[in-house]
Amino acid sequence: MTEPLLKVQNLRVELTTRNGTAPVIDDVSFELHAGENLSFVGESGCGKSMTALAIMGLLPEGIGRITAGSIMFDGQELTELSQERLRRIRGNDISMIFQEPMTSLNPVYTIGEQIVEVLLAHQSISRADAWAEAATLLDAVRIPKARERLKDYPFQLSGGQRQRVMIAIALACKPKVLIADEPTTALDVTVQAQIFDLLRDLRQETGTSIILITHDMGAVAEMAERMIVMYAGRIAEIGAVDDIIGTPRHPYTKGLISCVPHVLAHVTDEKQPLTEVPGIVPSLREFGKDQCLFASRCQHRTQQCLTARPQSVNFDGAQSADCWHAGTL
Amino acid sequence: MSEQPLLSVENLTVRFAMNRRGLFSPATHLYAVDDVSFHVNRGETLAIVGESGSGKTTAALAAARLVTAYEGRVVLDGQDVLPLEGEELRQMRQKVQFIFQDPYSSLNPRQRAEEIVRDPLQSLTDTPAAEQQEITERLFAQVGLRPEQRRLFPHQFSGGQRQRIGIARALATQPELVICDEPVSALDVAVQAQILNLLSALQEEFGLTYLFISHDLGVVQHMCDSVAVMYMGKIVEHADRKSLFNNPLHPYTAALLSAVPSVDKTLREKSKRILIPGDPPDPTQKQVGCRFASRCPVAQDQCRLSEPPLTEIAPNHRVACHLVDEKAISPL
Repeated sequence: MTEPLLKVQNLRVELTTRNGTAPVIDDVSFELHAGENLSFVGESGCGKSMTALAIMGLLPEGIGRITAGSIMFDGQELTELSQERLRRIRGNDISMIFQEPMTSLNPVYTIGEQIVEVLLAHQSISRADAWAEAATLLDAVRIPKARERLKDYPFQLSGGQRQRVMIAIALACKPKVLIADEPTTALDVTVQAQIFDLLRDLRQETGTSIILITHDMGAVAEMAERMIVMYAGRIAEIGAVDDIIGTPRHPYTKGLISCVPHVLAHVTDEKQPLTEVPGIVPSLREFGKDQCLFASRCQHRTQQCLTARPQSVNFDGAQSADCWHAGTL
Repeated sequence: MSEQPLLSVENLTVRFAMNRRGLFSPATHLYAVDDVSFHVNRGETLAIVGESGSGKTTAALAAARLVTAYEGRVVLDGQDVLPLEGEELRQMRQKVQFIFQDPYSSLNPRQRAEEIVRDPLQSLTDTPAAEQQEITERLFAQVGLRPEQRRLFPHQFSGGQRQRIGIARALATQPELVICDEPVSALDVAVQAQILNLLSALQEEFGLTYLFISHDLGVVQHMCDSVAVMYMGKIVEHADRKSLFNNPLHPYTAALLSAVPSVDKTLREKSKRILIPGDPPDPTQKQVGCRFASRCPVAQDQCRLSEPPLTEIAPNHRVACHLVDEKAISPL
C-alpha cells in the first residue's frame, strides 16, 4: 500500500472552558489516501469540525490546542510547523469550504478580487494572469458568463452560486486535500445535488482528496468511499461506506441510520414510527471519561460500558467499531 | 370526498409591494403566493414542499391570518377566515396554532417555560388562572418535559427540548389545525426522530390536523397523508402520499425526489438523477408560460407560451403541466 497523503495518529485536542479542559478530540487516528473521499458523520458537538480545524491549524486561538498525537501531511508534521509554513500550506495544499456560503465570503470585495487574492498569495503569477485564471475557475464551477460575474459582489449571487465561488476559491491552487464542512446544509436539495455533482466531477478531473463533513447518511452514501462515525470526540466506527451502511456494528451508527426517515422507492399505506436514539450528545464535561460515552443513550449498555472505554473491534474489510458489544450485536 | 375538509384554501394570493424605482413609476408587486388552492381533511396531514422562496411558509401564514392575503378565500371549519375581525378573529386564532422552525429564536428568552406555554391561554382564551396552571402542567407531561423544568428559561434547554416547549405552546388552546413550519430542520438528526414521533403521537391522541411545511422529502414522506409541491408561488402538483411518491408526474417533483441522496444502494442505482440546472428565475419579473420551463429538462414551446392550469388527472392527483395527460405518465 502506498503512503497515505494525510495520516492522523492518536490526535488529542483540548478545549479550555470555564469548567476546565475537555478533550474535544480524544485519541483519533485515521488515514486519507490520494484521490480518496472520506466522510465524517455525527451529530453536532461530536468533534467533526474540530478535527478539520485541527488539520488546518485553525483551532480557536488560546482556547483549543493539540496536546498529543501527530498529523502527517505529505511527509511534513503539521503539528510542529511554524505559523508561517502552515499559512503556505493552508489554501494551497489543503483548503476548506465552510457551511455558510452567506457568511464566509467578504461582502465588500467582488468575488473576482477574492479569488485573485488566493492566487496571488500562493502562486507567483502576474495580476493579469490571476484574473484570467479566476475566470477559468468560475467557469470550472459552472457559473455562467464567468468573466462578467467576476465583478459581482457576493450579495448579487444566490446561495448555490456563492457556494460555487467558495469551491472555486478552495480549488484555486489545486489543493491535494479539500475539506468540505457541511457544504450543502444551508442549501436546497436540488442545489445540493448540483454541488455534489460538481465536487464529484472536480475530484475526477483534479484527483483532489475530499474530506466531507456531514450529518446526512444519504450524502455519505453517494459521495464517499470510506467513512468515520464520530461521537463525543471519539471515533465510534470507521470503515468502508458500503460495509458500514450495510452492516453497522456500533449502536450509534445503527441509530443514526435508522432514525432518519429515508425516501423510499415504493410507498405503501403503512407508516412505521421512527427508531429513536433517546437523549442528546453529552456535554463537554463528560468528554474524556474512561467509559463508553454513548452508554447513556444505548439500549445494550452493560456494567462494562460504564467502567471502561471500549476498544476497537476489527471486522473484515477494515471496518472497526469502538464498542464492547460490537461483536455480538 | 364525502367529508368536509377542515381547512380549504381557494385561489389564495399574497403579494408584497416592491420598492418603486422612481417617484412616478408604477407600483410593482412580488406575488409570493399566486392563486393557490388546497384543502386539508380533518385529522390528516398535508405537507407543503418546495425550495426556499417557493412561498410555502407565506401560504400557511396567510391561511392563519398572520400575513395579509391579497385575494382568495380561506375556510376553516365552515367559517370564512379572511374577513374576521376583533373577537371573532381571537376565537379563530384558538383553532389555528403555529410551531416554528427555529426553537432558538421563537421562544422569548426572558420568559420561563411555563409562562411561554401559558401565554396563548391568557391572550386567546378566558380560562381561569387555576385551570391555566392545570393545563400547563398537563402539557408539559404530554410533550415529555419534567415538571421541575417548568420554571426554567429557554436557554437552559437543549434544541429538542425547546421545540417541545414550542409544541406545548401550540397545543395550549386545544387547536384543531397546527401549522408546523419546518419543525425539525434546525435539530440534530437523532433529535429529529424524537420530535417527529412526538408529533405523530400527539396527532393520534388529540385528532390534530397538521399543515406540515418542509423541504425534507424524507420527513414529508414519513409524516404526511397528502402533499402539495410548490414552485415560485404556485402549486405544481397536489396528490395523496402514495400517488405522489410512487408516480410523481410534474418534472419538478421528480427532480426534487431524485435530488435526495439515498442510503439505499439499489434505489440509488435504479433511479436516474434528473438534473435541473441553474436557479429559479427572478420572482419580481412577471412570468409568461410555465414557471418551471427555464429549468425543465423536457420543456417545449407551448410551456414557454402559456401557463398550465392545475388539473385533476387522476382521483386525488392534480398536476400543472402541459405534458401530462389522462394517462398519468410522467413526461420524463
